[in-house]
Amino acid sequence: MGPVKWLALLPFIGMLGGVFFVNQVTPLVLGMPLLLAWILLWVLLTAAIMGVIYLADPANREGAQR
Amino acid sequence: MSALIIIFATMALALWLGLQARRGRDMNLEQWTVGGRGFGTLFVFLLMAGEIYTTFTFLGASGFSYGQGAPAFYILCYGSLAYIISYWLLPPVWRYAKAQRLFSQPDFFARKYDSPALGILVALVGIIALIPYLVLQLKGLGIIVSTASYGAIGSSTAIWIGAAVVTIYVMVSGVHGSAWTAVVKDALIVLVVVFLGIYLPLHYYGGLGAMFEAIDAAKPGFLALPAKGQSISWFDSTVLLTALGFFCWPHSFASAYTARDERIFRRNAIILPLYQLILLFVFFVGFAAILKVPGLAGPAIDLSLLRLSTATFPAGVVGIIGAAGVLTAMVPGSMILITAATLLANNIYRAFHKTAEEGHVSRLARLLVPVVALVAVYFTLEGGETIVALLLMGYSFVTQFFPALVCSLMARNPATREGAFAGILAGAATVAAISLTHTTLGTLFPSLPQAVRDLNVGIVALGVNIVVLAAVSAVTQPARQAPRTISPSR
Repeated sequence: MGPVKWLALLPFIGMLGGVFFVNQVTPLVLGMPLLLAWILLWVLLTAAIMGVIYLADPANREGAQR
Repeated sequence: MSALIIIFATMALALWLGLQARRGRDMNLEQWTVGGRGFGTLFVFLLMAGEIYTTFTFLGASGFSYGQGAPAFYILCYGSLAYIISYWLLPPVWRYAKAQRLFSQPDFFARKYDSPALGILVALVGIIALIPYLVLQLKGLGIIVSTASYGAIGSSTAIWIGAAVVTIYVMVSGVHGSAWTAVVKDALIVLVVVFLGIYLPLHYYGGLGAMFEAIDAAKPGFLALPAKGQSISWFDSTVLLTALGFFCWPHSFASAYTARDERIFRRNAIILPLYQLILLFVFFVGFAAILKVPGLAGPAIDLSLLRLSTATFPAGVVGIIGAAGVLTAMVPGSMILITAATLLANNIYRAFHKTAEEGHVSRLARLLVPVVALVAVYFTLEGGETIVALLLMGYSFVTQFFPALVCSLMARNPATREGAFAGILAGAATVAAISLTHTTLGTLFPSLPQAVRDLNVGIVALGVNIVVLAAVSAVTQPARQAPRTISPSR
């Protein structure tokens, strides 16, 4: 499916690597501790990224064998 | 008593749904365990989401937030990463299982590696991992029923009641019952959790921000990962371990077999990360309880959600909350029971009785359900672990399947059957030794840097597994031809 699939690595980097930089309580974002807000952001981005990959994947086209 | 009436009415409804779902179907092994491979997006979605909304979520995640704080956030991460992996992992697994008419996870390993012995090992490790998972569901049922009875029913009696209900339910309906009850369960749990997560912080603190400020003032550092113990390296290693292990659970693996077509998995990989955002509200409930029902410690932290509920709401509302909780234990509990019984009958009994007829194995699987339930009740009454600790132990076991699984999906499998067997055995043995002796890397090697000492021990076992798999495969590889891989039908 080409280079689009490598986007799937971003949530791993964002969640596992990001923790080193955002492991703090303040500033509160939407009332939540910064660490929690950061994780929330990446959960949302995960869904968006998987959506992009789904659309770009020829296996999901109408009529594709698999 | 009104809370209890609502809870028992819900149990009765679940049993009725299970009976309804069975109608008009001949319950052979394929129908009973994998729903005849005819489930569409919604049912597969709900069966897989069953992993997210179990008692673990409802009581375990709120309890972990209450007792440990920020480390609980790991629960929100691992699911998302697991769904990314599932996009590529599940379609080839499903294709192979369908082409080979497989029922269970050990079938897959036995067929891929052409090794009945590997099938038996995978079945054994799977059953060992499922027991703590089942124990935590029963523990949750016990907590709910006894709390909702306001102490009238002791927790041991409540555990017996819960185990009996799940057992009857499974024996009657198999996986069709799980799927239908899953619909009711998910509707109820979403309503209850979102309501509690919004209402409790508002009611007690005036808002989310105010609540977290109050907690931060009362317990500085509680809302970020600590420098040692459940530190960043614990967090990362735990997220990674559980993300890799997510679909290695025998019941999650087998629930992939129920799908009608493989596109369902790819679509679910988009929706499921969003679906688990409900966890956010579960965290809020646990955090709201910290300053309002203080003093719970050890395994009692799992009580925090229900304690806060009984302190806040009239009995009728507590009943609805308890009913949602009962379903979060019954649905996954029934799937675990089905899986464990199928593994015992189909993969262990049948491995030694090759001529056994399908009908015989099917009846045996059903008869083994109460046996497995009794074993779980025994451990539930004996053990004193928190819900999260039990789940992490199970995860450490099932993740040991991951290296051999990934190797088997490659075009040319780099692992031999001896390598796969030795790797899983070494990994599982490491987990068992660690769990029985309560060892951590810190106690083994006190001189290592803090970040290494805090690593989840399951990751260490996975490392042992990979090294053994690679070494044994390297030794056994040239002795004979590369293992046969039967190419999936496409």
